[in-house]
Amino acid sequence: MNWMDYFNAFWVGGLICAICQIVIDKTKLTPARILVTLVVLGVILQGFGLYQPVVDYAGAGATVPLLGFGYSLAKGVAKAVAEQGLLGAFTGGVTGAAGGIAAAIVFGCLFALLSKPKSKS
Amino acid sequence: MAKRIGERTLRFENPPAVLAHAAAVGQKEGAGPLGKRFDLVAQDDRFDQKSWELAESHLQKKAIDLALEKGGMQASDLDMILAGDLLNQCIGSALASVDSGTAYLGLYGACSTMAEGLALGSCLIDGGAARRLLAAASSHFCSAERQYRFPLAYGGQRSPTAQWTATAAGAAVLGQMGSDIRVTHAIFGQQVEMGVKDASNMGAAMAPAACDTLSRLLRDMNAKPTDFDCIVTGDLGHVGADLVLTLLREQENLDLTPVYSDCGSLLYKEEQDAHAGGSGCGCSACVLCGPLLRDMHEGKIRRLIFAGTGALMSPTSIQQGQAIAGVCHAVVLERGGKS
Amino acid sequence: MNLDKEQYQQMLQQKSPNSPLWKDCLKAFLIGGLICMVGQGVSSFYKARGLSVADSAAATSITMVFIGALLTCLHLYEKIAKHAGAGTIVPITGFANAIVSPAMEFKSEGLVLGLGAKLFAIAGPVLVYGISASVIYGLILVIMQGA
Repeated sequence: MNWMDYFNAFWVGGLICAICQIVIDKTKLTPARILVTLVVLGVILQGFGLYQPVVDYAGAGATVPLLGFGYSLAKGVAKAVAEQGLLGAFTGGVTGAAGGIAAAIVFGCLFALLSKPKSKS
Repeated sequence: MAKRIGERTLRFENPPAVLAHAAAVGQKEGAGPLGKRFDLVAQDDRFDQKSWELAESHLQKKAIDLALEKGGMQASDLDMILAGDLLNQCIGSALASVDSGTAYLGLYGACSTMAEGLALGSCLIDGGAARRLLAAASSHFCSAERQYRFPLAYGGQRSPTAQWTATAAGAAVLGQMGSDIRVTHAIFGQQVEMGVKDASNMGAAMAPAACDTLSRLLRDMNAKPTDFDCIVTGDLGHVGADLVLTLLREQENLDLTPVYSDCGSLLYKEEQDAHAGGSGCGCSACVLCGPLLRDMHEGKIRRLIFAGTGALMSPTSIQQGQAIAGVCHAVVLERGGKS
Repeated sequence: MNLDKEQYQQMLQQKSPNSPLWKDCLKAFLIGGLICMVGQGVSSFYKARGLSVADSAAATSITMVFIGALLTCLHLYEKIAKHAGAGTIVPITGFANAIVSPAMEFKSEGLVLGLGAKLFAIAGPVLVYGISASVIYGLILVIMQGA
């Protein structure tokens, strides 16, 4: 086990969150807009080959924030286009992020069914 | 018949009497500074209902039933019920009175609904259109969140200017005679829109309307703020209350500080994390129908201006970028005089 | 009242308290960082079990989504999020929270038009724009290959 991996994941992931916090507090952008921006930004950064080095350095610190979701979409597309050409442009992204998407839907349904309503205080 | 005095104020020739009143609140409100002065504090905000909307209806019905019980009346003794809430198509109030067997009018004045109901009800009583009627309003934190903001389990952060929708309901029975607390004047306010678009700063959206209505009322009645023991606004919260005092001082040369309070600022303790204070139709309704009217009975307050404030917006209008207009209706309540 | 909208905006800027930026940031940093560290642990676990880099990445996503969904169901995620802000919105656990919370909330409107339809009420746009961006990127790659 390499403790530096954990340390790097911590500070890079934390930094991404802290920057987003500044944007939320300063611009009153709704969280949904932040999420959309992050995913699209992740695709663009990886498109220019800029995100792979961050992933190599910080591991989960780069893949767990939603930028990483965009990163896996872009990475999936690049792989599929190389293998299949035009068809890959359509199938690659969702294939790359399929695990997360399917998990979100299935666990979403499951836990929603199991949950009990509760007020906040 | 009500008589218009000055520009907009109505003075009642036969001031309607407040025969009975009751307030029912949720757990958080019950744990607040006014907690002991409500008629009912919920053990559980869901009330064993199937949905939060039904929980709100149940809460409003509780307040109505308690008010009727305290006045020794039944729903059949009423000529009508005037009620409103924040839910789409005012369904919370509609369902609360569905079995009442009396005439029902749904009102929408956002958080000013209680004042709107009292003012309108007073006109109807004074004019002879009704002998006895009930005005009620309610809101529920959970039903409001899911309609206006986010699901309850969603992990969002609230802005410091955001207000907390009160889980609360209030009901008051008005009649022609039978009590020494009477509604002597009422004023229906106009909408004032000052370009506030931030739905998490509704106090700021409503403060100009409160300033407009209160200054008109005092001018029409030819009265000073200190002629009243208490002037309360509905739910401006800390931010809005500060703004309305500043607006009245700077724009109208009126100093309300000695007699002013705001229901939204009174409802929660600082450490209850309600940020800028309470809001929702139930907020001003429960503070009036609980602590304030009790204080009038006990003689602690003899003359009161109750000014309900509402932010007129919908989730759709906010998403479409429309500014939020405020509206403020007020009634003057007096104890003593002819009974 | 002789106050125009601009004057009022200035006045309310003064009177409206701002979010405590540094405190918010610190909490977002610590909790966001912590969630990523958990992700690192999960990822190391899968790699140690012999999964390839790509497979362990997918397995990590699924596990983190599971954790986020579970905490949401137990009404714990919202309690952490109140403090963490972006620290819990930005990680993939926040994506899970954005999917589970409306599904839970709108279950009362039925399983199809409530739970099923509202599941994507908040997180849907992420998929819409994320997938669209990836397809556009793919098309650019195809054109560049052809050139």
